[in-house]
Parts: sequence; structure tokens; C-alpha cells
Amino acid sequence: MKSLQIIFAVVCLQFVNVNGNAADWADFRGPNGNPVHNGNLPLSWDVQGKKNVAWKASLPGRGVSSPIAVGNLVVVTSSAGANQQKLYVVAFDQQTGKQRWRRSFWATGRTYTHPTSSNAAPTPVSDGEYIYAFYSSNDLVCLDLDGNLMWFRGLAHDYPKAGNDVGMASSPAIAGDVVVVQIENQGDSFASGIDRQTGEELWRVPRDPRANWSSPVAYQINDGSFTVLLQSPTGLNAVDAKTGNERWTKEMSCGNITSPLKVGQSIYFGAGGTTRLKLNPKGTTPEVVWNANRLTANAASPIVDGENLYILSGSIIKSADSNTGDLNWQVRLKGRFWATPILSNGHLYFFNQDGLVQVVKVGETGEVVEEFEIGEPVLGTPAAVGNALFFRSDKHLFKISRP
Amino acid sequence: MQNRIGSTIQLLDYFASRLIVICYGRFWVRYSFKTKILFSMCCLIAIAVSAPAVNGAEIENLTKTINAIGSKGLGHVKARQAVAELTKCDADQIVLILEGFDSSNKLAVNWLRAVVDTVLENALQRGEEIPLDSLMEFLDDTDNDANARRVAYEWITDGNPALRDRILKTALGDPSLEIRREAIENAVSRALSIKEEAAPEALKQLKLTLSSARDLDQIDQITEEIESLGGEVDLPTHFGFLVTWNLIGPFDNSGTKGFDIAYPPESVIDLQDAVEGKLGNIRWFEHSSEDRYGMLDLNTIMPEKYKGAIAYAHTTFESGKKQVVDLRLGCVNGNKIWVNGKLITSNHVYHANTSIDQYIARATLNEGTNEILVKIAQNEQEESWAQRWQFQLRICDEFGTAILPTDRR
Repeated sequence: MKSLQIIFAVVCLQFVNVNGNAADWADFRGPNGNPVHNGNLPLSWDVQGKKNVAWKASLPGRGVSSPIAVGNLVVVTSSAGANQQKLYVVAFDQQTGKQRWRRSFWATGRTYTHPTSSNAAPTPVSDGEYIYAFYSSNDLVCLDLDGNLMWFRGLAHDYPKAGNDVGMASSPAIAGDVVVVQIENQGDSFASGIDRQTGEELWRVPRDPRANWSSPVAYQINDGSFTVLLQSPTGLNAVDAKTGNERWTKEMSCGNITSPLKVGQSIYFGAGGTTRLKLNPKGTTPEVVWNANRLTANAASPIVDGENLYILSGSIIKSADSNTGDLNWQVRLKGRFWATPILSNGHLYFFNQDGLVQVVKVGETGEVVEEFEIGEPVLGTPAAVGNALFFRSDKHLFKISRP
Repeated sequence: MQNRIGSTIQLLDYFASRLIVICYGRFWVRYSFKTKILFSMCCLIAIAVSAPAVNGAEIENLTKTINAIGSKGLGHVKARQAVAELTKCDADQIVLILEGFDSSNKLAVNWLRAVVDTVLENALQRGEEIPLDSLMEFLDDTDNDANARRVAYEWITDGNPALRDRILKTALGDPSLEIRREAIENAVSRALSIKEEAAPEALKQLKLTLSSARDLDQIDQITEEIESLGGEVDLPTHFGFLVTWNLIGPFDNSGTKGFDIAYPPESVIDLQDAVEGKLGNIRWFEHSSEDRYGMLDLNTIMPEKYKGAIAYAHTTFESGKKQVVDLRLGCVNGNKIWVNGKLITSNHVYHANTSIDQYIARATLNEGTNEILVKIAQNEQEESWAQRWQFQLRICDEFGTAILPTDRR
């Protein structure tokens, strides 16, 4: 009987692994692209004195992508070399910070970026079975959790005009058995669906030949199929994940850095400030619920926690009513931001470009309750698992948790 | 080399199996049935344990499968199976995999690199040793694939800085630009360490190092140090920038439509003729860049700062022989290049950053005079960061080593 229980437990464990673990933070901006977490994270830490720093690991080269947490790993990408042509995927043990494996590749596409950015700008994504690491050079790597290569694609090798020498940053999304990439630039501009098992191209749709850094967002609909949202300067498109066929389009002038957020049956995205759409059951073009032009985000994407919407507008954090778009309060922060903040237990954690962390307690009003330096720039959103926060600076990966 | 090692392994396999057969035969005659069974099982286990999971010939076939990968996922299914097989290799078979590297397939070489790293990393985790001697032998042969040698170098030098320094001392001209970069970094450090007490020797070493340097940041650093010691550096010559040009413009590029219009210079180049431009008749004029990086700033060279405009730049290149070269362009504007009337690159991209060697195109130069024509298209963006109208072009080999015209002054 006991062995039957063990077998059952192992089978369950396998099932959880294959379909992604609820405890994982394995996507750009966390589960469902909404970086809301409810762990008991420290409100401050000291990277010099090591207060609340469980471990710190050196990274090869540099990068601005976010770490992801999958299984018992934290996975980070980086790039190095004279022209950032060397690509890395590195996996660390979540508990010890010990490097479990490291894989390196040579970029096959364009590697130039603005000095602020890096070839390792897109955040990797995992379905719990495989890790998909993507780079500004449009190289896409699929590895299993032990670091075994499943496949490697050079999308700019296939479409040589794909690239932006300012740097690309759109992160891939997983939609069922399809990995979706959004490669929008002045050259070969397209979105593509790639078979997650083999890396083969399933579909490719042309996109406006304009620079865009927004990331695709996938969600499952009632019939079990997946829809992918593609935001670009001319509007928001919803396409079928298996075919790339258009499901609906909302033509609006949109931001080209922030990414859309789907919460329940609503979509929040950067159009005319911020716009909320309500999905309709028929799957046709959704209606605008509200539009708030005061809620203009620059680089950070929206966060929604129940009835509260948070938008980082320049260096001002704005809290609005998610039902109406009405502004509740705003607080000015210090510095310039690229990273979308993370919300945990009523606190927003902001990392600015100069390495200053500011923690804002949210409620009826917002208040900066902690402010401290970490000494290195942080451009990627942190990952959170349980009571631990993982963030990556240019050259290091940190685990923050209480002793 | 690959065939030689493969044959040797097969030969050893043969002799080992013959030995087992002979021993087994003698045992069969002498001992009881129980002992025979026990001995047979031991032999089977010994064979299973000692034989590599993948033999030399299989490795060759598997790397061929990976090297057959093509665009858009072509060959992935078979290649994925090949990777799974190859990762079963023993660490001491790693050179056989490295010999399968063919960097002309930029996709496949990444698959093979992952295999090598996986095999060696797994071996280390099992407490096995890395086959340093065979890796060193592989690294020493500069005819081997540059990327494969780089992988060997990384595994040899990982955690062994003394060995790393020893290898790098003789690697200033290494065909692997990644290895060469580290060699230059070391050589610069050595030169700078004697800068105070032996400036002339430091200067001599820095100049020698510069001649091998191909990366912009290292060239800049070395140049600065040489100049601080009173030395001179001719950067346009070091890079191979083309600095003397005939220019004509503006032609119309309103709405960026002029990019695809073939204005007269694309058909006939007559440096004496006036042709109709955007604002009336225009003529060719000569300009030589004084910039260290061969940059031609059209906003200052042309009579006015034009928007929605196109300029053409023409020059000739005297080549001592027929040769394949890289034309490397840095241009923040839309651009096209023709060599002897043949279009070799076209990039309709505006104000998305620029750098030396931003666009690389291959071309064949004829022996004698070669005609080079560049089209530089400015759009109508008004943002302050979208005002530059400029280009820099150099000719070099695939490693970035300057190829100079025979008549360069």
C-alpha cells in the first residue's frame, strides 16, 4: 500500500512538473504577467553587510533580463564578448546559490545594443519542462531543466534583416505547445509561433516595420485553445497561438515598450495612457471599458491587484481604481526605471537604473517606507518564490530572504 | 585527424574483443558449469562497463546529422536525437566531437557546443577528469575550427589561470578572435606593468599588440596608451577606412520613398556632369575625412543640413589581386552599397543606433580599379536623436584585418 502511495506521489509530482509548478515564477513579470506575490519578503537588505542576503552569485558577462524560478532552479541569461556575441544560460540552485549548470552559445544575429541594454535583454520563460532563452540577437535556445539542449534556433539567421541595433527586448511567451516570439523592427518584422518540442516554425506573420519592445502575452480561452496578445504602436492584436491567424484587432496608438496585462476577462495596456478592455465571450473585438490618459507608463508594465491598478509613469508611481481608471494617489520616486516593480504583501518593490531600491507601502495612500542602495543597476523585474526574492543586477544574482 | 582517431579506436576495440574471446575460451575448457556461468556474467558486465556508449564512427555520423541543420527548424528532429546520443559520450571522446565542428554552419556549431559542455560538465560532476592532454593537442592545431578550439581553450583554462597565461603568451595572432582578445588583454597588462620604469619597451610592446588587435574597445585602449607614451597611431590605416570620396546630393527622400528610386548615380557616374537633385542641379565634389574612424558627417559636409534627402558617395579602390573582402559599414541612416555596379547590401533602417562594422557585406574585388558607390538616406524624423546623417566604410578580411588599396598614401 505504501509503495502504491509513493508511486502515486511520484506520478503527481511528474504531472506538476510537466505542467508548470504553481510556485514557479517562470515568465516575464511572473505568473500571468502580473507580478503580484504574497510571500513574506524582507522590506530591506544590505548587500554589503549581507543582512537578509541569502546568497549572491557572479554571472558571466552582463545582462538586463529578469531571472526566472522553476523547480528548484533560478535561471538567468547574460551575454559577453567584444560585441556581446557570447550568450549564456545559467542555472543556480535556489537554496544554495550554487551553479547547477551553464550553457553558452554564439549569437547568429545582430548583437549591437544601446550601452544601457544588453544582448541578454529578453527574459527567459519555462513551462516547467523546458526553458526557452531568447536574446536581442534573436537567438532562441531550448534546454531541459538539467541543461540538456533540446534545440537552438537563429531567427535572424533565417531572416537576416531582423534586428534593432538599439537592442531588442521582447520576451517570449508559451501558449500551450507553442513558443511565441515578437520580433518587430525596421527590417524583417514579424511574430512567429514555434513548436516547443522541436523548434520548428509553425507560423510567421508580418508585423509593422517599426521598432517595438513589447512582449507577447498568452492566455487560454474556453475552447481550450490559446490566444496571444501582440501590442505594437498601431494597436493590439489577438492571434490564434497555433496558426497565427488574427482573432481580433483593436486599432489604437499604443506604447512600444510596455506589455499588455490580462487579468480575468480584462486587458490593461498602454494606449492613450492606459486602456482597459473587456473580453467578450464570443471572442470578437473587445470593448473599451475605460481609458485614462493620466496613466501613461514609460517602460514598466501595469500591475493589477484586485481593484487597484499600479502604473509607473516616469518616476511617479500612480495607483488607480482598476474598475474606473480614476487616480487614487501618486508618489514621486527617485531615478529612472526600466524594471516593472513587484507587489508583495502590500508593498511595491522598485529597482531603479542606478541601483536604488525603494519600497512603497500601498493602501489608501502610498508611502516610501524603505530606500537603500545595492550598488549595481537593475533593469529586470525580480522573481519571487515563497519568502524569497531573486533579482539580478548587471553582473550578479541575489537571493533575498530572512535568515 | 578525425578518421585517424576513429580508426585507432576501432582497432583497439577489435583487439580488446579478441582478448576476451581467447580468455573466455580457455576458461570454458577448465572449470565447472557454475564457475562458467559466473565468469560469463562477469565478462558481460566488463564489456558493458568498458565499452563507450557511442563509438568513433557513430560520433562522426551523429555530428554529420547535426551539421545538416538548416533554416526554420529543418533537421531539428534528427538533430535532437543526435544530441541525446552524443551526450552519452565519455569525456575522453570529446575531441571527436570537437572535430565535428564546422563553423560555416552557425546554427549547428551551437548545438555541438552544448553537447561538449554537457558531456564535460557531467563528467566533472561524476568526479572524472577532463582530458586535458588531448584538448591541449587539439587547441595547439590552429587548422582546427576556431570555435571548437575556443571551447577546448575554455575547458583547459577553467580554474587554471597559470595555464591560461601560458597559452595566451603565444596567442596574439590566434585565428580564434575570442582567444586573441584575451591574449591582447594580457599583453596590454604586461606592457602597462613596465610603463613607468621602461617606457620605450612598453611602447614597443603596445605597438606590437595593436597590430594584432581587432576589437574596437581594445584598439581604443591601446591607442590611448601609445599616445600617452608619445607614440603615434594611424587609426584609419589600422582599420582600413576609405577616407577620400566624391559626394553628390541632395536627392529627394520625402516619405523615405527615395530609398528605392534609382537616381542617376546608380546608372552612370560622371564626376563632371551636373544632374537634377531635390533642390536643383547638383554636382559631385571631393571630400576627405579627417576623422580617426573615417566618419563622413554629411550634415557638415553638404551645403545644408537636409532632411528627407539622399546623398551618394563614390570612390575607387586599387586592388593588387582579385580577392574576396568584407565591406564594413557604420551608418545610422538607410544605406546601400554597390561594388563594381553590383548591389552588395541594402538596409532601410533609420536612427536605430550605429557603430563601426554595423553592416558587414562580402564582395569580390577585381585586380586593378574597383568602383564603390554608397547611398546614404536621411529621413524626416524631428527628434533630437534622429538628426545624424553620416557613414564610415572600411575594407578588411573576415577577421577584421585592414585590406589597403595599393595606391594608399
